[in-house]
Amino acid sequence: MSFEPFILSLKLASLTALILFCIALPLAWYLSQTHSRAKPFIEALTALPIVLPPSVLGFYILWALSYNSPIGAFFENTLGVKLVFSFTGLVVASCFYSLPFMVQPLQNGFESLNKNMLEASYIAGKSKFTTLFRVALPNMKPALLTAIIITFAHTVGEFGVVLMVGGSIPGETKVASVAIYEMVEIMDYKAAHIYSAIMLGISFLVLLSVYLFNARQTRRFGL
Amino acid sequence: MININITKELHGADGVMQLAFHAEIQEGEFVALSGKSGSGKTTLLRILAGLEEAQGDIIVSKKEWLHAGKALPPQQREIGFVFQEYALFDNMTIEENLLFVAKDRELAEKLLEMTELTKMKRRYPHALSGGQKQRVSICRALMKRPKILLLDEPLSALDVTMRTKLQQELLQLHKEFKTTTIMVSHDPSEIYRLASRVIELENGTIINNGKTKDILLKTKGSQKFSFEGELLEIKRVDVIFIAIVAIGQQLVEVVLSKKEAEKFKVGQRVTLSTKAFSPTLS
Repeated sequence: MSFEPFILSLKLASLTALILFCIALPLAWYLSQTHSRAKPFIEALTALPIVLPPSVLGFYILWALSYNSPIGAFFENTLGVKLVFSFTGLVVASCFYSLPFMVQPLQNGFESLNKNMLEASYIAGKSKFTTLFRVALPNMKPALLTAIIITFAHTVGEFGVVLMVGGSIPGETKVASVAIYEMVEIMDYKAAHIYSAIMLGISFLVLLSVYLFNARQTRRFGL
Repeated sequence: MININITKELHGADGVMQLAFHAEIQEGEFVALSGKSGSGKTTLLRILAGLEEAQGDIIVSKKEWLHAGKALPPQQREIGFVFQEYALFDNMTIEENLLFVAKDRELAEKLLEMTELTKMKRRYPHALSGGQKQRVSICRALMKRPKILLLDEPLSALDVTMRTKLQQELLQLHKEFKTTTIMVSHDPSEIYRLASRVIELENGTIINNGKTKDILLKTKGSQKFSFEGELLEIKRVDVIFIAIVAIGQQLVEVVLSKKEAEKFKVGQRVTLSTKAFSPTLS
C-alpha cells in the first residue's frame, strides 16, 4: 500500500491554503472595510464555489486551463506550463474551489473587530498596513486559524473538481479522495477501508484542534 | 488657535439633520460639548479626528486639517482620542498599548504613574476594570503629545466614585500637559469641574456657547432658588393636588391648586422655585 496519494493531498492542501491566504487576506480586508456598491457582487462571486456543483466548477476550470482557452494557451505557449492534468493545474483549481472557505471566516473576523480599536490605531498615526498586521490580525486569531484550517481540510476533501481537472495520474494528480474512489471501483474494499479511516481520522483531528483552540481563546480573552 | 467651520448632513433617527458648527477654540482651553443624544456631538469629534468627512474648514495653528475639500488623514492630525468604550488594543499589555503609539518610555512611565497604573503595566486589558481601562485609554491618547485631545463621553460608563476620581486625574493631566481638550459630556457637575467653556448643541447647531458658569448656573443673579425637574405624577388628595417631581436623583412633593394641576402634564420638564434669600447648606 502506498501513501503517495496522502502525501499528494497534504501537499496540495498546504499549497492551496498558503496561496489562498495571500490572496484572501487583502480581499477579505477590503470587503470588511468598503461601503462600495460593488461589495455584494464581489461577495456573491467569491461564494459561488459553495453552491456550484463541483462538476460545473470543474468543467469551467478545465475549459479555462485547457489549450482551447486564451489562458491555457498563454501558459502553455509562453511559460511552457501545462495546466490540465498536472499538479499545477490542481493547485489553481483548488484555489478557486476553496476561495470562500478562506475569505468568509477572515471577513467575519475583520467585521467583528471593534471598529474604534482600528480607528485608535489610525489616530495613533499607524498606516492601514501596520494596523492590519499589528492590531487587526492578532485580535482575531480564532478566525485566522479557522480560515486556514478549514481551507486546508476542505482541499483535502475535494473530489469532483480534482477528478475533472487532474484526472488520476499516480504521483501527479492522484490524491487520496480519488485513490479511494478507484479502490471502490475495482472492489479493493480493504484498501478503501484503510484509506477512508485515515481520512476520517485526519479530518476529525484537524477540526477538533480548531474547536479546542477557539474554546481556549474564548476563555482567555473573552473574545 | 483652532478654527472650526464645518457642515455635514446627518441621517439620524428623526430624519435628515444639518450639522453646522462654527467656533474658535483657544490653545490650552478645556471645552465641554453638551446636548441631547443625537445632536451631533460624537460626529463632530469624529470629523475633527478625520474619521468622518465633512464640508468646510478646520484650521489648527495655521495648519489646514480640512480645507477646500481636502482632508488630512487621521494619521497626520496631531490628536488623541478617548472612546467611550475604551477601544484598547486587546492583544497588547497596558505598557505596549502606550508604546505602540510612540516609543517614548519616559512619557509612558510618567503617565502610568500619574494614573496609578504602574503596577499593572504588564497586564492585558481584559484583566482590568472599566475605570482602569479608561485610564489606559486616556494615557494612550496623550502618548503622541497631541495638539487636541478629544474625549467622547469618557466617563459615562463608570460609577460615580470612579468618575469623580478620574475627573480629578483628567484635571491634573490637563494642568500638566496643557493640551487643548474637547470633551463630550452630559454631566453638569463634571463639566463644571473640568471645562472652562461649554458649547451646547441641539439638532446639529450651537444653541449656547459661553463660560461654564454662565451657562450651567441657571439661577444666576436671581434671588429665586430654583431647580429643573421632571413631573412624574399628579395625584389628588381630598381637595388638593400633589405633584411628584424628580430633580436629579431626588423626588419631591409639591402642593398644587386645581387650576395648576390642570395646566401641567405628566412627563413635562418643570421648574420648581421659591424665593430664598439665604439658602443654607448642611
